[in-house]
Amino acid sequence: MVKRKDVMIDVGEAVGIVAAQSIGEPGTQMTMRTFHYAGVAEQVPTGLPRLIEIVDARREPKKPLMNIYLAKAFRDEEKAKAVAEAIEEVSLRKIAHVVEDFEKKEVYVRLDPQLMGYEGMGIGDVMAIIKKSEIGKAEQQGENVIMLKPKAGSLKAIRRSTEKLRDLHLKGVKGLSKALVTRDEKGEIFIRTAGSNVSEILKLKEVDPARVYTNNIKEVDAVFGIEAARNAIVFEANQVLEMQKLDVDRRHLNVLADAMCMDGQVKSVGRHGLSGQKASILARAAFEETIKHLINAAIKGEEDRLVGVTENIIVGQYIPVGTGIVKLAMQRKK
Amino acid sequence: MANNVAADKMIEKIKFSLFSPDMVRKMSAAKISVPDTYNEDGYPIDGGLVDQRMGVIDPGLKCKTCGGKIRSCPGHFAHIELVRPVIHPEFAKVIHFLLKATCEKCHRLLIPKKQAEEFAAALEEEETSGDIISSIKKVGACPYCGAKQADVKFEKPTTFVVGEKQLLPTDVRDMLAEIPDGDMKLLGFDPAFARPEWVVLTALMVPPVTVRPSITLETGERSEDDLTHKLVDIMRINQRLEANINAGAPQLIIEDLWELLQYHVTTYFNNETAGIPPARHRSGRPLKTLLQRLKGKEGRFRYNLSGKRVNFSARTVISPDPMISINEVGVPVKVAEELSVPVKVTPWNIEECKKMVLRTEFPLVNYVIRPDAKRKKVTEKSRQELSDTLEVGCTIERQLGDGDIVLFNRQPSLHRISIMAHRVRIMPGQSFRLNLAVTPPYNADFDGDEMNLHVPQTEEAQVEAEVLMKVQGQIISPRHGHAIIKGQEDHVSGAFFLTRDGVTYDKRGACDVLAIAGITELPKPDMTEGGKERWSGKLLFSQLLPKGLDLEYKSKLGEAVKIRNGLLVSGTIESKGFENELIERIARKFGPDAARGFVDDATKISLYAISRHGFSVSLENYTLPDAAMKRIADICENAKKEVDGLVMQYKKRTLERLPGRSLKETLEERIMEVLSKARNACGKVVEESLGMTNTSILMAKIGARGSLLNAIQMGAMVGQQAVRSKRIYRGYKKRPLLHYKRGDIGAEARGFVISSFTKGLTPEEFFFHSMGGRESLVNTAIRTARSGYMQRRLINALQDLVVQEDRSVRDSRGTMVEFVYGGDGLDPMKVSKELVAEMLTSPERE
Repeated sequence: MVKRKDVMIDVGEAVGIVAAQSIGEPGTQMTMRTFHYAGVAEQVPTGLPRLIEIVDARREPKKPLMNIYLAKAFRDEEKAKAVAEAIEEVSLRKIAHVVEDFEKKEVYVRLDPQLMGYEGMGIGDVMAIIKKSEIGKAEQQGENVIMLKPKAGSLKAIRRSTEKLRDLHLKGVKGLSKALVTRDEKGEIFIRTAGSNVSEILKLKEVDPARVYTNNIKEVDAVFGIEAARNAIVFEANQVLEMQKLDVDRRHLNVLADAMCMDGQVKSVGRHGLSGQKASILARAAFEETIKHLINAAIKGEEDRLVGVTENIIVGQYIPVGTGIVKLAMQRKK
Repeated sequence: MANNVAADKMIEKIKFSLFSPDMVRKMSAAKISVPDTYNEDGYPIDGGLVDQRMGVIDPGLKCKTCGGKIRSCPGHFAHIELVRPVIHPEFAKVIHFLLKATCEKCHRLLIPKKQAEEFAAALEEEETSGDIISSIKKVGACPYCGAKQADVKFEKPTTFVVGEKQLLPTDVRDMLAEIPDGDMKLLGFDPAFARPEWVVLTALMVPPVTVRPSITLETGERSEDDLTHKLVDIMRINQRLEANINAGAPQLIIEDLWELLQYHVTTYFNNETAGIPPARHRSGRPLKTLLQRLKGKEGRFRYNLSGKRVNFSARTVISPDPMISINEVGVPVKVAEELSVPVKVTPWNIEECKKMVLRTEFPLVNYVIRPDAKRKKVTEKSRQELSDTLEVGCTIERQLGDGDIVLFNRQPSLHRISIMAHRVRIMPGQSFRLNLAVTPPYNADFDGDEMNLHVPQTEEAQVEAEVLMKVQGQIISPRHGHAIIKGQEDHVSGAFFLTRDGVTYDKRGACDVLAIAGITELPKPDMTEGGKERWSGKLLFSQLLPKGLDLEYKSKLGEAVKIRNGLLVSGTIESKGFENELIERIARKFGPDAARGFVDDATKISLYAISRHGFSVSLENYTLPDAAMKRIADICENAKKEVDGLVMQYKKRTLERLPGRSLKETLEERIMEVLSKARNACGKVVEESLGMTNTSILMAKIGARGSLLNAIQMGAMVGQQAVRSKRIYRGYKKRPLLHYKRGDIGAEARGFVISSFTKGLTPEEFFFHSMGGRESLVNTAIRTARSGYMQRRLINALQDLVVQEDRSVRDSRGTMVEFVYGGDGLDPMKVSKELVAEMLTSPERE
């Protein structure tokens, strides 16, 4: 029978380095290929690029995604489709051509009646939203055209209003550019979306809030808090590795995630995050931006207490790791 | 701690600060007054840039400050008195900030008194100056003297303009000097160690010659260091400026020279300053000045401080040796003669040591180190005398010999098992020898790889290496908790042939097999054949298994493998069994040494078995019977037709769109599907017609080497080539190659390779294949660079995390990262999922 104490981690073990190596070493074996979520998003990064993205703690992943499971009453094809349609964001550019006339200093919104029909919107609805947006003075011209006069008259301002108009949010959930009904391995129906907006989705009664998934770690942090974000990091990193059939112990990912979330916010690995905010000047200088750190240390009269690994290597002392933390002192006989 | 010698020598902390001009002068060993180095006789000029008061680099000369010679004098700083102050370029940004933050009249910090007090109170509690900086921006006039503040503009690299007036460095200095200490503190500065006016230089520190040694070329010509060149430039301009000022030259000329001086000082610090041309050597090469020395991968910090060069190391090509143990390394005699291990002479080993010194054959003693630290080389002549005078307190450096502990390493050292401790085995030849099973942690092969070997020089280091880094302790990888040192390729095939059902040996054969593993006891025969005693391969293999090993698992071939009390009852050993089940289980249950023995012996007898059995692959393995070739041709034909059909549907727009995708995308997807199905169908044919008697298929199935795909590509068809996960479409207008019609989107025109590697590819196919090949080549190159940088960042971010006495994980500041390591406090190297499950279900839980 194995005793727990026999398989415990040793005191002084450099678990950080082991974790970093265990995650980094298989990096060379990872693919750079992108993944294709049918119909929703193409070129979703997997493998090394995605892992780097996770470690970088970007505000938004390159391809944000959500998996939305539905509340019991909505778990059939028909209703799910209706929900998907309802949450898919429709911006003006999706149903209209927006063209500007610089001479007249006007912008024309030419609505496509067919597309408008698909989305179940009439010109009146669009008109109301445009008016509310206060981009400029709008008035209907003909059956399917809305003319808008921007407030400011400069060419730049006109161009800016056109852009604003094109991105004008008409209906659906902001950020969810596509929503598609699919089924998971178990055959359960769910909606996969391109783009992510957890807080809005959670407000919907059609949604099973316990199973809303997003691949956006920072968003998880913002909506659910740091502990959830930590779990999201572990989950995402693990998924990347699993997809590549690479075996990395969960404890290593835990260490990474815990370090990234150490003081209550998701910090990136690298010069703007964990490495850049280290206590030791020498360690920072040895990593990146050597001069910047030295200059700042000098004017602030900073001290390096030599408690980390790099600092002690630099000055040529034992490192405070493993057998290096054990201190023995011998009492001399008098 | 007072009596602890080691503790006394420790550096406790390092304080960073600025040098004040006074300090520079106080520290200075010499004031430099001559803009030159050596006189005509090649002797350093007094007051020149290589003044001997700064230390010496020429052998024979003595330092005029400390009297030390070339190695004993550490070098002393000197200084240059600048006639006019100049701005330190690296602090220009700081100066700009300070000028903006303070009143131009009364030089107080531009925040109201009350607010300042608040900040000061906040500062007492925690270090923050961010809020102050943001609040300064809003102020228009000085809250103390009411003076209106003009905008301070910073013109890179070193010029400041207030309103319309350009500030001279002297003005800047005066302004900075007026800022009160209290206000500096608020801004996060430490005025005791860094007064702001000190960043305007009046006395320039000159580093000792040891920092900028000149080199003597073969021609006898001297070539000065880049820094010396730059200092000469500074001195020259400084002198000219002085002369002009003394002569009462017009202000304009003085300012020009002053600016030139500023330029030289700027480039002296950083020759890559934005906005000014870099100073160049006569040859046109930009000079490497102070900043360039520190910065980047080849800079002081990363090249010399974070990485250190060592002695007692060797490097050579590696080659395989299946007969040595995994924890050994074969060391060529030539290498062993150069590397040495120090042995302290004690009353208990003095006689042995004397004998060792006297030796005239291979394990010699290279040096004797006397108690007074004098190093004596042991030579033909000195041998007898050194042996006779050997006394307790001496140290002898004996050559490396069998059984010594060494560290062995292959780069890139991506994980800790890239360096392991081996025992030395002296061997003839020129290469390091290592066992094949220890190849995976190093990721080594023998196509010309070189490896490094290090000899630990103290007992402490040797013991630590042995306890922590020995090979058998690393059989299980810390990354995933599975065996990483394991039998591979032919070992697996060999074990398979040995333990296959029906494999038996006669007495002689059985003895041969066991003798390879050093087993001298023949077990009782377990079979008879024609009245004669026979030994099954399973039984022979079982002799390597420790008694008490019970195991049951499903093999890769779907067989149930049963081991009862160290006896292989049924099933055949393949890669899964060899690696995970057996080695891992033995390592966990019977310890690292048992596992080492098993790996050594099992690989050896497997190799013996496979060489007795005979094993090879040839073209024959990939030549399919005609009937099979016919079937493959049919599959291809059908697939092509199917693709054509899809294309037709697409063109007629009758193709049913897949949800959420365009018609074109649907077509591509469907085609890819059809073609990969076709290849899979070919795979079936290959598998059926070749079968387990085919060595290639066999290897793939038991996990020894290769995959079924390799066999398919060689025997049947290569299949679809892809660039960016799409069929090949780039090239000419609407066609990838001129051999196809424009707009042909059929299988062949988009990179479907019907031929097999044995048959040979058509020129078009070859081209498509090269395109795919090129992509993967490029990808590999990019990937290594990217993953290398990611790993560097990861390591830098996580390196200080250590398990503490209370099993929590904290960083060097003591900040808690994990309350219990990994969530359960268990070592991934020591536990497997099964073990954890076992522990959880056990009745005697702690």
